[in-house]
Amino acid sequence: MNKLNFLQPDKNNIYTYLYTGVILVAISIFIVFLNSFFNKDIVSFLPGPISFFLPLILGFIGLHLIRIDYSGLRFLDSINKNINTNNFNAFLSLLIVFVVIKSLPPLLSWFILDANIAGDSKDVCTGSGACWTYIKIWFNRFMYGMYPNAEQWRINLSFIALAFLGTIGFFATEKFKKYLTLYYVVVYPVIAFFFIFFFISGGPIFFDFSYGIIAAVISIIIGFFIPSKFKMYYFIIVPITLYILLKYVFFYEELIELGKLEALEWVETGAWGGLSLTFIVSFFCLIFCFPIGLFLSLGRRSDFPIIKYFSIGMIEFWRGVPLITVLFMSSVMFPMFLPEDMFIDKLVRVIIAISLFEAAYVAEVIRGGLQALPRGQYDAAKSLGMGYWKMHILVILPQALKLVIPGIANTFLALVKDTPLIFVVGLLEIVGMLNLAKTNPEWLGFAMEGYVFASVLFFIICYAMSKYSYNLEQKYKTER
Amino acid sequence: MSDKIIQITEMNKWFGDFQVLKNINLEVEKNKKIVVCGPSGSGKSTLIRCINRLEEHQQGSIVVDGNELTEDTKDIEKIRAEVGMVFQQFNLFPHLSILDNCTLAPIWVKKMPKKEAEDLALQHLEKVQIADQANKYPGQLSGGQQQRCAIARALCMEPKIMLFDEPTSALDPEMIKEVLDAMVNLAKAGMTMIVVTHEMGFAKEVADEVIFMDEGMIVERAETKEFFANPKSDRTKLFLSQIL
Repeated sequence: MNKLNFLQPDKNNIYTYLYTGVILVAISIFIVFLNSFFNKDIVSFLPGPISFFLPLILGFIGLHLIRIDYSGLRFLDSINKNINTNNFNAFLSLLIVFVVIKSLPPLLSWFILDANIAGDSKDVCTGSGACWTYIKIWFNRFMYGMYPNAEQWRINLSFIALAFLGTIGFFATEKFKKYLTLYYVVVYPVIAFFFIFFFISGGPIFFDFSYGIIAAVISIIIGFFIPSKFKMYYFIIVPITLYILLKYVFFYEELIELGKLEALEWVETGAWGGLSLTFIVSFFCLIFCFPIGLFLSLGRRSDFPIIKYFSIGMIEFWRGVPLITVLFMSSVMFPMFLPEDMFIDKLVRVIIAISLFEAAYVAEVIRGGLQALPRGQYDAAKSLGMGYWKMHILVILPQALKLVIPGIANTFLALVKDTPLIFVVGLLEIVGMLNLAKTNPEWLGFAMEGYVFASVLFFIICYAMSKYSYNLEQKYKTER
Repeated sequence: MSDKIIQITEMNKWFGDFQVLKNINLEVEKNKKIVVCGPSGSGKSTLIRCINRLEEHQQGSIVVDGNELTEDTKDIEKIRAEVGMVFQQFNLFPHLSILDNCTLAPIWVKKMPKKEAEDLALQHLEKVQIADQANKYPGQLSGGQQQRCAIARALCMEPKIMLFDEPTSALDPEMIKEVLDAMVNLAKAGMTMIVVTHEMGFAKEVADEVIFMDEGMIVERAETKEFFANPKSDRTKLFLSQIL
């Protein structure tokens, strides 16, 4: 039998080293575990500093003993390769394990064990943990803001309808696949816009919505009989004409009467709020800032000096000012330049402001992608007889946009997390509602719960977005 | 009589202050195969890039198939659709499959129905012997296959003239042959071709005429046999002695 050399563990006595090492590590973890979960210090008979560092020392020796190269045991090898490559890494691994064990009990106790969710007033929250009752009571406000309770079904219905319309892509048959891009880029945002401004907003304006739908349906039905050569012009001109006819010629008198009778109650945008407002603002800013950014990035590379310098000016201006200033300007300064009787809704102004602001960032991200393409791609497209737009739409942009998916996702995530700033113009989305709720005299002292709740919601939204962007990347990956 | 499909007269071109092409006069008749050779930096590539106006010339005139190349953009796209071009770096569109690479321009530029365009593409891919790779992406093919696909892509526009800009320079020696074979077949089918290449074997086999360029000027232009048998200028002799 070989002599054991504890400083140099080797393969010959693998099980001696393995058992000793594993027992030492287990003891060290056990000590920390008891200490943290049951508050018992079983090594307290030792002098202070030694008892404090004992788990670390034991674990360190244990990990040293099991660090055997090519042991032939798969599990041991993977541990050695990943968390136990040398003394320093072993030390860090132990530290991380200890910190996790140490921090579990207080977290568990705050989130679950000592938390309260029953009841409906502040009085039930007597424990040392979180007071989820607060979130429960205010949940409605956090979701819908000051939107009247009786009308909240309108928001729910709109969101469900939009979510459903958004999934249409999965059900489309082969024949309609080629129209999907058009649908998502043009039709879907328009539908969403109608839903939000005529259904969630309501009021007599709701009838505009109905006229719009009637006009659209009639023109689609007639559209089947129009030769495909004219369809493009047809679908631009006819629905708008029909809409105007319906509104101002056929139903003008009825509009007023019906408006008095049974239109949806008008809810001004100032009353909107909570998570639903976060969604509305993010959604519209996302779909507006992308095309604007795209055109700015193309404009910046244009040969026409006017377009080029206009684009550069726009990009540099919006990148150069802080978002909070832009929002202030949009609500305070902007109305001063408008005629007296003209009024643009606060929410609309905010959406335009954020869209332009983020468009500048999107433009620079896309420009990075455009510059990454080799000049040969432009040459090849030109040599096949493509003009500027065909070249960009068919050849350049598909490649450039694919390259910048991570960058765009980055900008979009930042945009979603920027939306709480709209509190400066008095619109209260979820974080704004939290700030409002925490100053309510009956519910003082629960800021922590509110912010944890908001963080979790934001994390879910942002993580879903980043996962989606990653999927897109994988989907459009064609190299090799 | 054979008509002249390309007519270049008194053409000059500068990059900044540097004159790349000096007083170029060149006439190409229909169905002729012309090889352009010369040392690097002599303006060969620039010359053929001028023929479909990927580069603009500053003086003189270029007439392609009866249309003069000028600032008028609309004309340019029509002319480019009639002039196929194959590049040194292949320049396939990496986001599209081989078949889509070939059908993209016929469908969107020539407004050909999709089915017809695909049939045409498969026909041309068959000619360059990569029809079986039609559904792969360019990144999955070897250099030689990519270059043959690029030839097929240009042919799908049914051009009257084909320009080749050093089509074999970026390839491994083993792959050069397969590309040259495709080009020889094309030449035999009667296409008008202008080829910038260093492959003198190819020149001897298919070219009707050889043009030798140096320092932006056409130094010598002669029938292929004549060119290789007794070159006139000293510069040509020197070049040939080095390359052969």
